[in-house]
Amino acid sequence: MTNFLLAAAEEEVHEIVAGTGGFFGEYAWIMLVLPWIAVLGIIFFGKRMKYLGAEIAIAMLAFNTVWSTILFVLNITKGVVYEGAVVIAEIGSDLVLELGWVVDGLSIMMYFVVSFVGLVIFIYAVGYMEGDVRVTWFFAAFTIFAGSMLVLVGAPNLVQLIIGWEGVGLASYLLIGHYWEKKENSSAGMKAFYANKVADVGLIIGAIMVGATLGTFRFSELSRAAVEHADDLALVAGMIGALLFFGAMGKSAQFPFHIWLPDAMAGPTPVSALMHAATMVTAGIYLMARTFPLYQNLAEDIRPWMVAIGAITLFAMGLLALVADDIKKVLAYSTVSQLGYMMTAVAAGGYTAGVFHLFTHAFFKALLFLGAGSVIHAVHSNNMSDMGGLRKVMPRTYWTFLIGSLALAGILPFAGFWSKDEILVTLGHEGYTAVMWIAIAGAFVTAFYMTRAVTLTFWGTYKGHGHPHESKPIMTVPLITLAVPAAIIGFLNIPGVEFGSTGNFTTWLGMREVVMGDHHPTAPDWGMAAIGLGAAALGILAGLALYAKDRATQQERDKFEIPVLYPLLRRKYYMDDAALGLVWLIKAPFANAINWINDYIIDGMVNTVGFVTSGLAHLVYGGLDQRGIDLGFNALAYGSGGSGERLRRLQTGQLQQYASVFVGAAVMFVIGFVLFR
Amino acid sequence: MTLVPILILAALLFSLGVYGLLARRNAVLVLLAIELMLNAVNINLIAFEAMIRDSLATGQVFAIFIITVAAAEVGIGLAIVLLIFRNRATANVDEFNLMKW
Repeated sequence: MTNFLLAAAEEEVHEIVAGTGGFFGEYAWIMLVLPWIAVLGIIFFGKRMKYLGAEIAIAMLAFNTVWSTILFVLNITKGVVYEGAVVIAEIGSDLVLELGWVVDGLSIMMYFVVSFVGLVIFIYAVGYMEGDVRVTWFFAAFTIFAGSMLVLVGAPNLVQLIIGWEGVGLASYLLIGHYWEKKENSSAGMKAFYANKVADVGLIIGAIMVGATLGTFRFSELSRAAVEHADDLALVAGMIGALLFFGAMGKSAQFPFHIWLPDAMAGPTPVSALMHAATMVTAGIYLMARTFPLYQNLAEDIRPWMVAIGAITLFAMGLLALVADDIKKVLAYSTVSQLGYMMTAVAAGGYTAGVFHLFTHAFFKALLFLGAGSVIHAVHSNNMSDMGGLRKVMPRTYWTFLIGSLALAGILPFAGFWSKDEILVTLGHEGYTAVMWIAIAGAFVTAFYMTRAVTLTFWGTYKGHGHPHESKPIMTVPLITLAVPAAIIGFLNIPGVEFGSTGNFTTWLGMREVVMGDHHPTAPDWGMAAIGLGAAALGILAGLALYAKDRATQQERDKFEIPVLYPLLRRKYYMDDAALGLVWLIKAPFANAINWINDYIIDGMVNTVGFVTSGLAHLVYGGLDQRGIDLGFNALAYGSGGSGERLRRLQTGQLQQYASVFVGAAVMFVIGFVLFR
Repeated sequence: MTLVPILILAALLFSLGVYGLLARRNAVLVLLAIELMLNAVNINLIAFEAMIRDSLATGQVFAIFIITVAAAEVGIGLAIVLLIFRNRATANVDEFNLMKW
């Protein structure tokens, strides 16, 4: 394994100290293999255990959390680069398929997020899924979900990435359709699967093109070729970049592939939390980050398009969260919008900014989903019309949800502020000024819809039925555990602040092998911070002004009924309708034409033929058949019937008698062969 | 090593299989007996192959074929036995007379 450092861009390059990580780096594959052993354990022994198999999954993730924390510390203190691989097949003479594991800043960050956030969500799920249907099955699929994501983030090459990529797709299909007894739920699972499959075609073709061009699927070789401007790669880099981005669009629900993500709320709430925070949808951003040198150096032509799609996603999808009644759908549209932020940042050249937002978002979005799950558990409804006034009865859920909302809205000390601010600064620095203003408007929208969600859910008076109560500690402790990082983890990357000699998040995150030069501000940009904070504060004020006063129904509370915009948002920009309308436009005339042909032409022909045949048949039957032919046949039939009656006594139905006949015949044949040859 | 002891072994194994096929009442054991016979044939194939040193390794290839087909056959056989057991509450061959007439 060769370590080499390359200065790729015009910006200053950090001094990288690289160590191999020793034991913990070389054996990091254990983290990738362990989940699959856990899956087998859950399937075979889960039903007999006290928590129906959740213990195995939690133990596995706890182990992974410890291991990735050790790696994280090693990364901070020494810098860790390790890449190991096992050859599993060869295509032709020089194209090898490998399974392996990468240990560098980016993958360590993802190991930690998947393991830690996953661990917390799994513990929460034990409480949430208590008494549910198919709990063991749920935990098995849930472990496949986390395990596939670990395989994906540890992938040293595109092939293994695709394996993990399809694994999370499969697990999401299983989990979204967990309550498959209701048709919409299984349809939602299929919708997610199909939307992802369409996009996966792009990823797979892109991977094949990488393999065909470079003769390897390795990310390190791809990055090296990109940094060195290899001629053969330069010819197709734009195409490869576009195809990989197409795959990432599907997984990360970028416009217009966002349609599957809100429907994916049909699964149990812990699934939504894991899918939106640590796995699945972050995979697309991870792919963009992993192949960042390609976009930074060669595939520059398509970057404006990527930024545009990210900007549409972050703004238009955020607006949809304003009119959703289902609390989980508000959060789902919010995720799509935040993924738009990450994609925009990475596409604009802000590797650290995008990945940092992924990192902070994982904590506070998991927190928000788990909080929503706690509320849903208490009121037995997803609809915010059935909530309200829960602040007093569910204090722990309320306060942690509030912290998550503030972090998402980007209020100053909380995690979301720092990462969103970094994205804004990056967009400004890279010259995407218009997009920067869209992102600032998006920050306003984010604060607005989170204020709406908090107000409708926790303030005012209770509108639902029954008596909600605070969830059990097994659900509230995970909330508190996530609230802490959601509040403070943004401090890891304050511009200009370094932790001793070890740098900060930006330095730790480098893909040590190829150092990219994305822009890192050395001091906080207070002007930009003020603008971002102002937008968020305006959003909160607007939300409070519209929703703080208590109303009886959702319609009354939804003051956001601007004539054209409101119906447009309610119908999700008519995108689902457009798709259906297209189908009807083609289907209806076609079906009518077929029906007419059937009624008049085919049926007429069939009826005529039938009438003629019937008349002929009467003649033939009455005269020829009954009088002439039947006599002969009847006689024959009686004869064969009688002989059959005798012969059938041979058929005893005893298998071993038949076998004896075979063996006897074979023995006689052998004897005959020996005597008369 | 000469061919004869191996052939004798195969013949013994085959005879054992024939005995089991004819004398055993339990359908599962009948299937096992058939497996014994097939494996006796496999031993013969491999032995002759080793003697002739066929460059195409035909004997071994056929042995593999036989193992594959036998596995499939046992799979189907067991499925049939299970179904019959479910319907008739017995797996004894001499009590099946479904093929009668």
